[in-house]
Amino acid sequence: MNIIVLGLNHRTASVELRELLAIQDSRMGEALGRLMAYSGIKEAMYLGTCNRVEVYAVVEKGEWGFRQLEDFLVSTHFSLSSEDLLPHLYRYSDDEAIAHLFRVSASLDSMVVGEPQVLGQVKEAYELALTHRSSGVILNKVVKKAISVGKSVRTNTRIGEYAVSVSYAAVELAKKVFSNLKQRVVLLVGAGEMGKLAAQHLVNQGVKEVLITNRNHHRAFTLAERFHGQAVPYEQLRSTLPKVDIVICATGAPHYVITKDDIEMAVYHRMNRPMFLIDITVPRNIDPAVKDVDNAYVFDIDDLKAHVGHNQEERLKEAETAEHMVREEVGSMVAWVRGLEATPTIVALRKKAEEIKQGELEKVFGRLGELSPKERAAIEGLASAIVNKLLHGPVVTLKSEAQSQNGFAFIEAARRFFELREREIHSGEIPLLEDETGDGVTEEPLPQKDGV
Amino acid sequence: MSELLPYLTMGLYFGGTLLFLLYLWHRSDAISKISLVATGLGFVFHTSALIMAMVSTGHVPIMTFKDAMSFFAWGLVLVFLVVGLKRGLEVLGAFILPLAFLSLVSANLAPQSADTLAPVFQTVWVHVTLSILGTIGFAVAFVAGLMYVMQERLLKSKQFNVLAFKLPPLDFLDSLNQRSILFGFPLLTLGILTGAVSAQLTIGSYLSWNSEQIWALITWFFYFAVLMGRVTAGWRAKKAAYLTIVGFAGVILTFVGILIKSPQPMTPL
Repeated sequence: MNIIVLGLNHRTASVELRELLAIQDSRMGEALGRLMAYSGIKEAMYLGTCNRVEVYAVVEKGEWGFRQLEDFLVSTHFSLSSEDLLPHLYRYSDDEAIAHLFRVSASLDSMVVGEPQVLGQVKEAYELALTHRSSGVILNKVVKKAISVGKSVRTNTRIGEYAVSVSYAAVELAKKVFSNLKQRVVLLVGAGEMGKLAAQHLVNQGVKEVLITNRNHHRAFTLAERFHGQAVPYEQLRSTLPKVDIVICATGAPHYVITKDDIEMAVYHRMNRPMFLIDITVPRNIDPAVKDVDNAYVFDIDDLKAHVGHNQEERLKEAETAEHMVREEVGSMVAWVRGLEATPTIVALRKKAEEIKQGELEKVFGRLGELSPKERAAIEGLASAIVNKLLHGPVVTLKSEAQSQNGFAFIEAARRFFELREREIHSGEIPLLEDETGDGVTEEPLPQKDGV
Repeated sequence: MSELLPYLTMGLYFGGTLLFLLYLWHRSDAISKISLVATGLGFVFHTSALIMAMVSTGHVPIMTFKDAMSFFAWGLVLVFLVVGLKRGLEVLGAFILPLAFLSLVSANLAPQSADTLAPVFQTVWVHVTLSILGTIGFAVAFVAGLMYVMQERLLKSKQFNVLAFKLPPLDFLDSLNQRSILFGFPLLTLGILTGAVSAQLTIGSYLSWNSEQIWALITWFFYFAVLMGRVTAGWRAKKAAYLTIVGFAGVILTFVGILIKSPQPMTPL
């Protein structure tokens, strides 16, 4: 049994190709049904985001599974051939597949490292797999863990804390001046695209009031409606300034719209209450000399870009911590999955029974004192008979059911009933005990390296 | 055990100071957790020592310079623990803890005075306690002002480094500055009034115009002006920050004045 992933992402394929492979939620049932119809695929999940298309599956034999997944992806879109697709695909199995999913869900594999959407997308993909019953014991456990790793990376590192878009950087900087944006009044001058974006971010933060002014008053009105704000006649720009805490300037004007004098007057009338000004346009609309006015903080597009650049560095540093967290979690997950093999479970079960038997025998022999060899043999035989007869049912069931659709559930149940820990199962290299029914375990243990 | 407490406290505050300063330049938050624990533990020892002294003498132990400075440090750490934990502002520790630690050190460097107060002096402790509490307010205002000036410079010079990330927003620091003065000023006023009354009771005059009394009055007028200036002339933000930094220098001078005059029973401010 192997966990495998086949997919392509923003590094390996163009967005056009990724789009071709996208599957809408409404058609996911059919797609997952198609996947599960391949013999040898026991569980499957389809993850499609703007950065990636990936299919996760639990299969009987890895190599065969990859071929089936390739076949599935190629047939997603009629215009695709395997020659188009194959060069862009990456394949991971077992440890690497689990690590990959964990990294994806921790947003370490995203184009913008630390972006918050991917965690939600992994959740949705998992829910769709649950709804369409393509997820089973293994994917349930692995994907749930991936989601919790993603969450813990978000809460325990600062990976998502730094703004990486220029318009959002304006919000982050404003928060260095004003702790609570909810009491603040914003003035948007002009209707430049970036300016509108920055204003939108501020509105999302719940600012108290948005004022909009534009040379074209009609345009100001339209924007005011969009932001639920108030249009101010352009001629009143100067007299409005003292009332506002945050100014976003994004006009197309080739000259300064706000001068140093304007801001000096405004700060004076505000009795030194600080002002925060963002100049998003080139050429600049706010006189750079405004920076010399006390209690006025002006940032232009280059400052914002520098801030974003610095933030990206910070995110990458945080990503190192996150990678470390992911690696730790992968280890324990891999151990769990390995334990789901029938053979090591049976070995561990027998080992445990043998240990209990030996322990009890020693106690009894100690208490009984001198015994003849015949008596000893009788007692030992009794103990062995009880242990073997008790284990017979579970062992036979495990072997027969391991191949069935619910096989992993049986193995997982056996592990819980008999309290077999991953470690015990893992170290299951001792030779199998003689089975009195002659029903010896004959199937070959899978090679350790990729024997998940 | 009780002899050990001051050293344990000082050691833990020293550790807290170093770690908080390290935290200021380091991205990891883990450091601040360790320094919080060290500071909290130090505070527990500090409080125990204060309570023991209170039980044995019957009043807040502030009658010697050493005790007064120790009480001052205790109040500072208390303010930090309350404000810092409530607002999640561990960064305050990097400024308040060094101040508290230095106060403790200077307390121990000062000449030991073994005063036993004349019974009539016992009324003085109200005056001293109030003055010290007022001073704690000004010390916090000073710290807020210092942080304001640092953050202001970082923003103006557009340096988006770890320090800028950790320092609180300007308006928070300005309001912390104002609130601290609003807390300290009435206490200082009461402290001066009770001091005058007890001086009248003991030496028969409200004011003897010695250096520390003069400095105390100057300090009082200064903070009065700072408070009034905010309302009437817009002395807020950057100006208020600078004023409170300067004002605290006046407070320190007053302390030095008292220190020089030691080992008299102390009457700060």
